[in-house]
Amino acid sequence: MGYVAVKGGIQAIEESIKRLKYERLKKGTVLKFQEIEGGMRCLIDQVMSESSLYSETLAAMAIKQAEGSPEEAVFLLRAYRSTLPRKHYSRTVQSEEMSVERRISSSFKEVPGGQILGAANDYTHRLIDFDLNEETDDEAIAWVREYALESGVDNDQTDLSDLPKTLDYLREEGLIPTCEINNNEPDDVTKESLHFPTSRSQRLQILTRGQTGAVTSLGYAALRSYGALHPTVGELRIGKLPIYVNSPFHDQKEDEDAYYIGEIKVTEVETLFPAEVQKGKGEKEIEFEIGYGICYGQNETKAIAMSILDRCLETGNPEYPPHNEEFVLLHIDSVESTGFISHLKLPHYVTFQSKLDSVRKSKK
Amino acid sequence: MRIEYNFAFFDEGSKREIRRATLKAVAIPGYQVPFASREMPIARGWGTGGLQLTLSLVGKKDILKVIDQGSDESVNAVNIKKLITKTTGIKVTDEASEATIIQSRHRIPEIPLQSGQILVLQVPLPEPLRYYEPSELETKKLHAEQEYSGAWLMLFEQIMNYGTMSTGADHPAMVHDRYVMAPSPIPRFDNPKLNHSKALILLGAGREKKVYAVPPYTRVESLAFEDFSFEVESFKNKYCGICGAKGVFLDEMLDDLTGETFYQCNDTSYCLQRLNQESAGRGIYNDRV
Repeated sequence: MGYVAVKGGIQAIEESIKRLKYERLKKGTVLKFQEIEGGMRCLIDQVMSESSLYSETLAAMAIKQAEGSPEEAVFLLRAYRSTLPRKHYSRTVQSEEMSVERRISSSFKEVPGGQILGAANDYTHRLIDFDLNEETDDEAIAWVREYALESGVDNDQTDLSDLPKTLDYLREEGLIPTCEINNNEPDDVTKESLHFPTSRSQRLQILTRGQTGAVTSLGYAALRSYGALHPTVGELRIGKLPIYVNSPFHDQKEDEDAYYIGEIKVTEVETLFPAEVQKGKGEKEIEFEIGYGICYGQNETKAIAMSILDRCLETGNPEYPPHNEEFVLLHIDSVESTGFISHLKLPHYVTFQSKLDSVRKSKK
Repeated sequence: MRIEYNFAFFDEGSKREIRRATLKAVAIPGYQVPFASREMPIARGWGTGGLQLTLSLVGKKDILKVIDQGSDESVNAVNIKKLITKTTGIKVTDEASEATIIQSRHRIPEIPLQSGQILVLQVPLPEPLRYYEPSELETKKLHAEQEYSGAWLMLFEQIMNYGTMSTGADHPAMVHDRYVMAPSPIPRFDNPKLNHSKALILLGAGREKKVYAVPPYTRVESLAFEDFSFEVESFKNKYCGICGAKGVFLDEMLDDLTGETFYQCNDTSYCLQRLNQESAGRGIYNDRV
């Protein structure tokens, strides 16, 4: 009979962990956080968005440790998040107060306040720029200085922190149904697990922290054939929002007692879906319904896809999977999906033995 | 920046919240209590439900045993143990009788559990009705109405199709004549150990965000029919090739050299304990073949 070890896993694990470190370091270079923060803006934005944790520095640390794997980096940040006591909720943020860096509407040629392209990959040719190979820090600094001078001469007087919302224009005309401001305290999905049917606040929270690829895929499925119309982007804006918390020392929640704790960069999208509404006596009208997407950082595809899914879940047509809240909300979380898929790598010999026994019995 | 983690990883508020859900679970045996499952440094599906229960319960004097597929040293058991000891500094053991908390994936130890012990089972899919009803909203209603005909029908169809209940591990059980429960993927062999257990059994599903419990001395019956009884995995005429134990759950192994199948105890610490006791000449176990 061959020898089968009863013990012996611990050392193998230690060696595997060592090997992982070796893979990270074997080329003899060490990534600095500053380099990640400086040069991997989009990855940081994606990771912060999926982690529900807004910290560029922590995201950079996680990305370094994860060797650039978004799923691993998100995993690290979410786990870290579990150790933080949550002491405050911020005051309600009004997205009109966004200090806008980029703002486009595809519904109108011109919008009040103007189309502001800002920084985007949309207008580039996706050709690999081989010159980046020779880029130096000195050149970068010189370029940035020159760019600052050049943009300093801009005489535009537009107040970028008080741009009107494109949708307000349609609302005034009565093309979008008015909705009352909902001042109910939102549910917090990180403090209480989802229960179905969900509230909209729960849905938006799960969507905004969803895995970028998963949210995009399901949004695409809805757009392509499984249940949404073709929406129009009413407005997509990217910029910084100030965050305030109420003073813990005053009972009155006055604005002037609130503390400014910093700002977050977000992508916010409002998409428009034409929909038929019944107006009594068999008459019908067409109005626009809105899909809403928002996420940390510049994550435009995800935010648009989120707005599509938001609309789908509001509609809830049972024919289409992207309209099914359990189907969408329970399967788009990065930590949950990657975790459960990867658990298949764990040994399953007990359950398999049990199944084997059933299979053998069925053959008798 | 350097950060010190709190005792048992979580902040105290989180631990208290998990314990509250656990108390509710103990009060309603077999009922799945939703809780705000935290993301853990260990992956979802790798025991985060069990881990959160253990971390919320553990005190400085606890002694911990962690097993995965019956083994104290398998990859995941080692990892979980490492995380818990790193954040608590508590003592660990391989001996089931010595432990105050036993966290386990897919097995209940061979040595009978004692009162005062807590067995924490890791659960991947807590919903016993999920197999035939994908919607959470619907299964919640079915439980509320004690409408379990789907579960019986599932077993009936298996018997019709295969001549046996082909459930494998995770054979559903009725708890306290009220809730049908997924016992986690323990083999059918371990299901009877749930019934009137002296120890408190807690089941945690991290990804699915549910906690449920079998309090001590609770009736737990594996679903079966009057004319078609529940059967555990059969290891008839088989015994452990190392310690000679019979009547335990065995792993099926293939000998590299001879190509023959042989068996050994799945519960490795039980096997080791038998060997130790035998070599110490105490002869407590005399069923060696």
